Amino acid sequence: MHMHKFEKIWLIFGIGALVVFLSVVGVSAFYLGNKPPSCLTTIDPEKVDTQAPFDKPGLNKVEGKEWDYELVYVASAFSYNPTEVEVPLGAKVKVMATTKDVIHGFQVAGTNINMMLEPGYINEIVTTFDKEGEYLVVCNEYCGTGHHLMSSKIKVVK
Amino acid sequence: MAKAELKTNKKTEIEDSSSLKGTLASVFFLGIFLVVTWLSVYFLFLDRF
Amino acid sequence: MSSQTTKLKVDPRDGKLAMAHFYVAFIALTLGGLMGLLQTLVRSGKFELPWGIDYYQILTVHGVLMGLVLTTFFIMGFQYAAISRTAGTHSPAARRIGWIGFWVMTVGTIMAATMVLLKEASVLYTFYAPLKAHWIFYLGMTFVVIGSWLDGAAQIMTYARWRRENPGKPSPLLSFMAIINTVMWIVASLGVAATVLFQLLPWSLGLVDTVDVLVSRTLFWYFGHPLVYFWLLPAYMCWYAIIPKIIGGKIFSDSLARLSFILFLLFSIPVGFHHQLTEPGIDPAWKFLQVILTFMVIIPSLMTAFSLFATFERFGRSKGATGLFGWFKVLPWKDARFTVPFIGMASFIPAGAGGIINASNQMNQVVHNTIWVTGHFHLTAATSVVLTFFGITFWLVPHLTGRVLTKAMNKLAIIQGWVWFIGMAFMSGAMHFQGLLGGPRRSAYSTYGDSAQAMEWIPYQIAQAVGGSILFLGIILMIIIFVNLAFFAPKGEEEFPVGEAENLDEKAPMIFENWKLWLGITAALILFAYTIPFIDMIQNAPPGSPGFKTWGSW
Repeated sequence: MHMHKFEKIWLIFGIGALVVFLSVVGVSAFYLGNKPPSCLTTIDPEKVDTQAPFDKPGLNKVEGKEWDYELVYVASAFSYNPTEVEVPLGAKVKVMATTKDVIHGFQVAGTNINMMLEPGYINEIVTTFDKEGEYLVVCNEYCGTGHHLMSSKIKVVK
Repeated sequence: MAKAELKTNKKTEIEDSSSLKGTLASVFFLGIFLVVTWLSVYFLFLDRF
Repeated sequence: MSSQTTKLKVDPRDGKLAMAHFYVAFIALTLGGLMGLLQTLVRSGKFELPWGIDYYQILTVHGVLMGLVLTTFFIMGFQYAAISRTAGTHSPAARRIGWIGFWVMTVGTIMAATMVLLKEASVLYTFYAPLKAHWIFYLGMTFVVIGSWLDGAAQIMTYARWRRENPGKPSPLLSFMAIINTVMWIVASLGVAATVLFQLLPWSLGLVDTVDVLVSRTLFWYFGHPLVYFWLLPAYMCWYAIIPKIIGGKIFSDSLARLSFILFLLFSIPVGFHHQLTEPGIDPAWKFLQVILTFMVIIPSLMTAFSLFATFERFGRSKGATGLFGWFKVLPWKDARFTVPFIGMASFIPAGAGGIINASNQMNQVVHNTIWVTGHFHLTAATSVVLTFFGITFWLVPHLTGRVLTKAMNKLAIIQGWVWFIGMAFMSGAMHFQGLLGGPRRSAYSTYGDSAQAMEWIPYQIAQAVGGSILFLGIILMIIIFVNLAFFAPKGEEEFPVGEAENLDEKAPMIFENWKLWLGITAALILFAYTIPFIDMIQNAPPGSPGFKTWGSW
């Protein structure tokens, strides 16, 4: 099987670029802690309201952890609890969410906070809210008739 | 048979260096496009929290 | 040469079955296209659906008709004809199996469509358990898959006969490619068959109370990514093996074309986690492993890009073109059979760039489930693939119906291609940008309580409606062309173009036809990528989910 010299050059460049892409995201994920949301903790979807931390939805100050706050959300068709929350600028926050019924999405528009919520699982992401403003939380996974009405609000304030 | 093969090999090699410059240029434009778009979204990712 | 047993014309009996597939495909295009238009109009905020029709119902219809019906029927019809053309007329037994497959798929489609129209199955074509549709919907989907297996079996029988009759010879390129795609489809659809037969059907029938959501999703996406390659490979067949003949050039390299198809078979399947990158319950290390495998499947596309440019340049230079890009100008731009698929090829450049971004592990958080993704697959599937299918239609339908593509129709076809291009530039372009701002996909019109961010999205949604309207015009033009070619065009002989390799002395290595080897590696890669995470999922499973019906009834 013959391969043209130019094709070899092209494939070396192309594969080289792919290796660089993979290395960049790989190092960022596994050494700098930017793994995509992949929480392995399970929960009984019928007992969400009685289990910590989902018995207290909203922003909770925590001590002795790597993050300053836990921002806890409970999703169900077609709303999030809480519906509005204020986060101090610069706070390091662990956003934790789960669903009581069907699959929902959880995306803070204009940020990297974007994760799937599936019944039986908790999902979470740790981030520092370092830009002021009002952010819209939208459900970005189809969940039924009211899917496009399902939203919440985060205000990052000084 | 062996002779004929030799001949074709020679022919391919002549073409190798002469007639695919436009192809090489085209795929490199494509490659640069892939790198630029990827980097722009990567920087968007870095910029956001 | 290897083409000694090929016939120049597809046998009319095979043609009839291929045409049956195309009728269903183009009916799906018409109805699915109308649904797409309505979706973009709703999202512009200027239009509401009448008579209590629900946005998510038409979204389901659009996805099922375009993503499953149009594609599967067109591909099976095209591959069935391509094998008949290059490996010889199908045997009566193969043809009978093909017809049974066609009818099983058609009945399945009608069952699923009926349930969607009755608002019993607004679950989108990706199923989304624990949303629970009527069991007839799932059974209909099962029929579509089983029918496609029978269609595939007919193709495999004829390929096997050719191999028996031509021992030691590489099979005709088009047949080889069609069989790769069929085999990949069968291996991949085992996943969706498993979730439907073992999870969704028993659950929707009330035989079991709960469903394991993550297992169901994982089985679906095991199928869901090779599904998109199942759409793409017939387009690649056209680009590699048919377009060279149409322009009057040669296939750049028969062996490299086969190698790229082998790579697609190996790496299209063990990559489903890149659709689940932001999901809980899957270890990030396993996600990253499948990201690496996903990047492997980019390599055959890089090879394809080189081959196509090389075919064009060699042809142009043989016509006396000079300079670095002189060859580009002498391509047959007035031939719709070339120009329309070419627009598809060009669209694959931004489409591929977007795909690499989507698959880049945590970068997926920027775009996951935003309308960027919708913009992405409207470039891959709805432009690259669909425009190539249209390009095939322009010669294959008249070839099968004993008619010709007239000059007037050729002209209309070129206009159709450019209309599509313009419409898609508006729609897909706006979707990409809105997605980067966070606009969600699969959502009806909403201002989210007049949120400032959502208000920024609305101009993009209006641009999508403009693009969607232009695209619908493109669909109308395509239907006119199809009906003309099927029923009204003048009688005559239209060629089924099959390319020849540049270097006929270079025989493809026989190892490419060693199915035990390739299927073995395919299975090994799948087991490697999925076994441990799958065991984890089952061992650490949360309580199962009961069914929900969160959409309205009539």
